[in-house]
Amino acid sequence: MSAFLELTESQLDALREIGTIGAGNGATALSVMMGKRIHMTVPEIKIIPFTEVTEALGGAEQVVAGLFTTTTGQAPCNILFVLPIESARVLVDILMGRPLGTTAELDALDKSALAEVANVVSGAYLNSLSSFTKLDFIPSVPAIAIDMAGAILDTVLAQAGTIGDHALLLETEFSAIKEKITGQFFLLPEQGSLEKILESIGVTG
Amino acid sequence: MAKIIKIGMADLNVAKCPDILQTAGLGSCVGVCLWDSITKIGGLAHIMLPYSTQARSVGNEAKFADTAIPLLVKQMENLGALRQRLVAKIAGGAQMFSFYSGNDIMRIGERNAEAVKETLAKLKIKLLAEDVGGNYGRTIEFYTETGKLYIRTINVGEKII
Repeated sequence: MSAFLELTESQLDALREIGTIGAGNGATALSVMMGKRIHMTVPEIKIIPFTEVTEALGGAEQVVAGLFTTTTGQAPCNILFVLPIESARVLVDILMGRPLGTTAELDALDKSALAEVANVVSGAYLNSLSSFTKLDFIPSVPAIAIDMAGAILDTVLAQAGTIGDHALLLETEFSAIKEKITGQFFLLPEQGSLEKILESIGVTG
Repeated sequence: MAKIIKIGMADLNVAKCPDILQTAGLGSCVGVCLWDSITKIGGLAHIMLPYSTQARSVGNEAKFADTAIPLLVKQMENLGALRQRLVAKIAGGAQMFSFYSGNDIMRIGERNAEAVKETLAKLKIKLLAEDVGGNYGRTIEFYTETGKLYIRTINVGEKII
């Protein structure tokens, strides 16, 4: 039995609400940075058994850019920003001011530009989470990996594995329609953090 | 015709010749393949964490090295494999992200591989070959007919162990 399965409907609603505002801030920050309009979906809370997690996210062997940030503070969380490799290339083209379709292999500078995107989006998301909960979230520098989606996810989910058999993913999709960029943003609370977040906003049951 | 049996994260399964056991996208997780060369029975576990003793709740036994491997052995025995003949090949245990600050999650791949090797040694199962570590993901296919393990990656090609 997983702790995540015991969440009540009102707790799930509260998390969805936090996610909506956090992601809204993230999308705005990204829009400003890119000078493009960025759309986002209403966050979805996914509670999935590990055995099904990679298939649920579009296939374990899909090549993606994964940007991973950990936070320290009273309620440590992990943040994963996933972009299909095609989207990552387009994003880099825009950031570096190159004509769309130029970037093939991502070099060190391109990767650090992507890490900066993750930094800006995560920072905006965490700011709103922090003002909601009055808890501190201190983000690490984002780490980047370009590889199979499954390989990136299993590393990030390993920590959640010590709690139960399910992953709780607060997922938001970002997109820039004209440029065909899509990305998924996940917030993964560590052991005990989910309870602290819910407690701080007064939704304990 | 050989069937391909897919195994998810924190999952395990067994198969008979000529079927193929596959798990896709191993990052810090470790794929443990066991084989009985006479009955040609194979088993594969996609292990996520080192020891069940360090977890708050055990739940799914296939998740941990110390519980998954004995469970895999048992299921292979139920299918007709002989424990004394079992040999192992392992792959995975990568460090997908490198942070500037030392964070425990970053060493999870290494700790998984260590725990798998210790558990195999405890069960007296010989480790024939391994492809562990590095900073890249792996998809593996284990052929019950030959006991060969095919390893595919995005950036560093393919190999057979």
